[in-house]
Amino acid sequence: MTLKTRQLELEVLRYDPEKDSEPHFQAYSVSCPEDWAILDALNYVKENLDTTLSYRWSCHMMVCGSCGMMVNGEPSLTCKTFIRDLPDKVRIEPLQNFPIERDLVVVLDDVMDKLQRAQPWIIRQDDPPPPDVEYNQPRAALYKFKQYTMCINCMCCYAACPQYGLDPSFIGPAALAMAHRYNLDSRDQGKSQRLDILADHDGVWDCSFVGACSEVCPKSVDPAAAIQQMKVDGAIEWWKQKLPGGKS
Amino acid sequence: MSRQPYVRPMPKASWYLGNARYRRYMLREVTCLLVGVYCALLIWALAALSSGSPERWGAFLAAQQNTAMVVFHALALVYYLVYMTFDWFKLAPKAMPVQFGEQKLPGSVIVIGHYVAWIAVTLFVLWLAGVLQT
Ligand code: SF4
Ligand code: SF4
Repeated sequence: MTLKTRQLELEVLRYDPEKDSEPHFQAYSVSCPEDWAILDALNYVKENLDTTLSYRWSCHMMVCGSCGMMVNGEPSLTCKTFIRDLPDKVRIEPLQNFPIERDLVVVLDDVMDKLQRAQPWIIRQDDPPPPDVEYNQPRAALYKFKQYTMCINCMCCYAACPQYGLDPSFIGPAALAMAHRYNLDSRDQGKSQRLDILADHDGVWDCSFVGACSEVCPKSVDPAAAIQQMKVDGAIEWWKQKLPGGKS
Repeated sequence: MSRQPYVRPMPKASWYLGNARYRRYMLREVTCLLVGVYCALLIWALAALSSGSPERWGAFLAAQQNTAMVVFHALALVYYLVYMTFDWFKLAPKAMPVQFGEQKLPGSVIVIGHYVAWIAVTLFVLWLAGVLQT
C-alpha cells in the first residue's frame, strides 16, 4: 500500500548573518507522504531543494531535544509534529524568545548558563560515603520527581513563556524544573542552597503561572507545576529563616 | 565566519494580542483591576465604620444601593469566580501534589477538597454575620 501524499507549502524563516540585515521568509513546496513529520519535510528540502538551509536535529525520536522550532506559531519538536495534523500551509520559524544564529538555529548560550545556575547535580553536605557505597533510594522516593527527569532540554518551554520573552533575566521553566527535580531527590541535600538562588528575583517569583510552558512541553514534564511547588518551598524556607531560632 | 545573532524583540504593550493562549492569560490577570476596585470600596467602608459617625456609614450604604453598584458587584463576582477561583482550584493539584507511598492522590480529590473547604468557610462566615440562624 502506498501512502497518500500531500503538497505542503512551507514558509521557512531564513537569516544569513553575513548577508541579511533581518530575517525573511522563503517558500518551498514539498510533496509529503502522510506519515512524515515536519523534520522529514525539512530534511527533504535540505537534501533536494536547498542545501543552504540550516537547522538542528539529531535523533529523530524525541530524545535529543535539538529540533525545537515554531510550527505555525507553536513551539514544537519537529520530529513529533506530523504533517497529517497540519494544514497545507505551514510556517516554520526558529524558537521564539531566542536570538537567531542562522535560519532555524537559535543561540542557546543564555539557557545553558541558567541550567548551570540551577545546580542540577546531587549536592551533599555530609562527608562523601566510602567509594564502594551507593545512595539507596526507594521507588516511592523516585516517583516524587521522576516526571521532571524526562526533560530533554528542547527549550520549547522558553519559547512559549511570555515572562522569559519580556524579561530574559528570568531563570525560566526548564532550569527551574531541573532544580526542583534535585530538590525532591531523597539523596540530595542542596535544597536550601538552590532556593537561595532560585526563590529570588529572576527565580520562581517571576513566573505568573501562565502555564504555557507545560502546555507545549513535548515530554509532559510540567515545568509550571515544578515552579509552583518551588514557590511553596521558597516561602517555607523564608519563614524558617525569619522565625526566632531559625537559621539566618 | 562572523556571528551576528538577530534578536526578535517582544512588543512590550501588545505581545499577548497575537496568541490565544496569552489572551486567555491576560483575561485572568485583568481580575486584579476588579480586586483593586473592591479593595478601595472596602477601605471606604472601614473608614466610614471607624469614624463612628452614623451619617458616614449611612452614606456608604446608600452609595452601594444603586443599580450600577449592584451590577458591578454581580459582574465582579461572576468574573472572579470564572477566571480566578475555578482556575486556581483546577491548578491546585499541580502546586500541592500529594503522594502516599508510590501512589499519587488523584488531582480531582485535591480539587474537590478545595471546594468543600471553600463552602465550609463561606457557611461559617455567613453564620458569623448572622445571616444563617441556628
Ligand atoms: S521542560 Fe519540556 S519543553 Fe522545557 S526543555 Fe524540558 S522537555 Fe523541553
Ligand atoms: S508558568 Fe511560569 S514559566 Fe511557565 S510559561 Fe508561565 S510564566 Fe513562564
